[in-house]
Amino acid sequence: MSETSLVQEFTKGLWKEIPPFRLVLGLCPTLAVTKGIETGVGMGIALTFVLVCSNILIASLRKIIPNKVRIACFIVVIATFVVIVELTMQAFTYPLFLKLGIFIPLIVVNCIVLGRAEAFASKNGIGASIADGLGMGLGYTIALGTLGSIREIFGAGTWFGHAVFGASFQPFTFMVEAPGAFVCLGLMLGLMNLAGKE
Amino acid sequence: MRDVIRMIVVLGVLSAVCGGGLAFVKSGTAAKIEVQQLKFVKGPAIKEILKGATNDPILDRFKLKDGDVERIFFVGVFDGKPSAVAFETYGKGVGGDIGIMEGVDLKTDKLLGIGVTTHKETPGLGSRAKDDPKFRAQFKGLPINEPIKVKPDGGQVDAISGATITSRGVCAGLMAGNSSYKKLKSQILEKARAFAK
Repeated sequence: MSETSLVQEFTKGLWKEIPPFRLVLGLCPTLAVTKGIETGVGMGIALTFVLVCSNILIASLRKIIPNKVRIACFIVVIATFVVIVELTMQAFTYPLFLKLGIFIPLIVVNCIVLGRAEAFASKNGIGASIADGLGMGLGYTIALGTLGSIREIFGAGTWFGHAVFGASFQPFTFMVEAPGAFVCLGLMLGLMNLAGKE
Repeated sequence: MRDVIRMIVVLGVLSAVCGGGLAFVKSGTAAKIEVQQLKFVKGPAIKEILKGATNDPILDRFKLKDGDVERIFFVGVFDGKPSAVAFETYGKGVGGDIGIMEGVDLKTDKLLGIGVTTHKETPGLGSRAKDDPKFRAQFKGLPINEPIKVKPDGGQVDAISGATITSRGVCAGLMAGNSSYKKLKSQILEKARAFAK
């Protein structure tokens, strides 16, 4: 695999196929954990780790895994890495783990991870799969970080927990509630489409 | 037929390897996770009960068995002497077990204070057992040799209005904790002595 196409595999996840905005995949955690930037980025990093590791393992086993049981094999691999992430987060970043709650175990059924395994890693080499996983994961992290920042800044007047406006700021609490997530995501999707219009 | 065998072998081996890997990670992180849970779930209640202790009660802990139940005791050192312990006990509430952290003064055998760690009570009603300091303050100074009951049952504790079952659960949990404490008293004293500074 040549170097330029590796770069291409990596960068496609950052803009052209950025998961929540272009592929519109993995929306459940996107809407649920972006109340603040900390949870958004935490979720993104957890997903990136699972995505890269499962891509590596699935790409290296792609010639051994029989076609008929491939989905079962993918799920076993993905679930293993998700539990590793879950245990590691409990051991080192317990408060973040409490905030993300059920959405960490739910990475197992995240369609981005299974989608990349099925559509990319099972057909490509290890190098390309790492680039693909890193790009998609980073794209997802950026997307969640952006959404989380917007919602936290306007909804709570803080960024990473620090106040950004003066004391007279009245938080626009609608943004940190569930409907705010939909509105914010919709606006982002619209802006992305407008910017990407050819 | 060869296909079937291959599928079984691949899936079986993959599952076995993954399972083994997870067991490895689990045993590697178990001790760290326990500390984190103590710190973030039980820590706030322990710190409040053993306020003014010169040590870190979460680190200075020991385990004792009362029948089948294993209890963790957190030692509070005051003026260089380990003079108080906090431990968790459980009472039946509306939605399940209520975890109660109770602190006992080792010299006077009186309650130093209580705190609720985990519960599944009704938000706004039973949850006040955890959030309302006035309810918790009533328990301070109660001797552990006497029964603890809510006023409707002939006791001394004002129940939270609208949450009598939760209040009863907290009292029952404390009684269970107290009887366990009385049974283990000599062992607790012996173990706590090790933390003198």
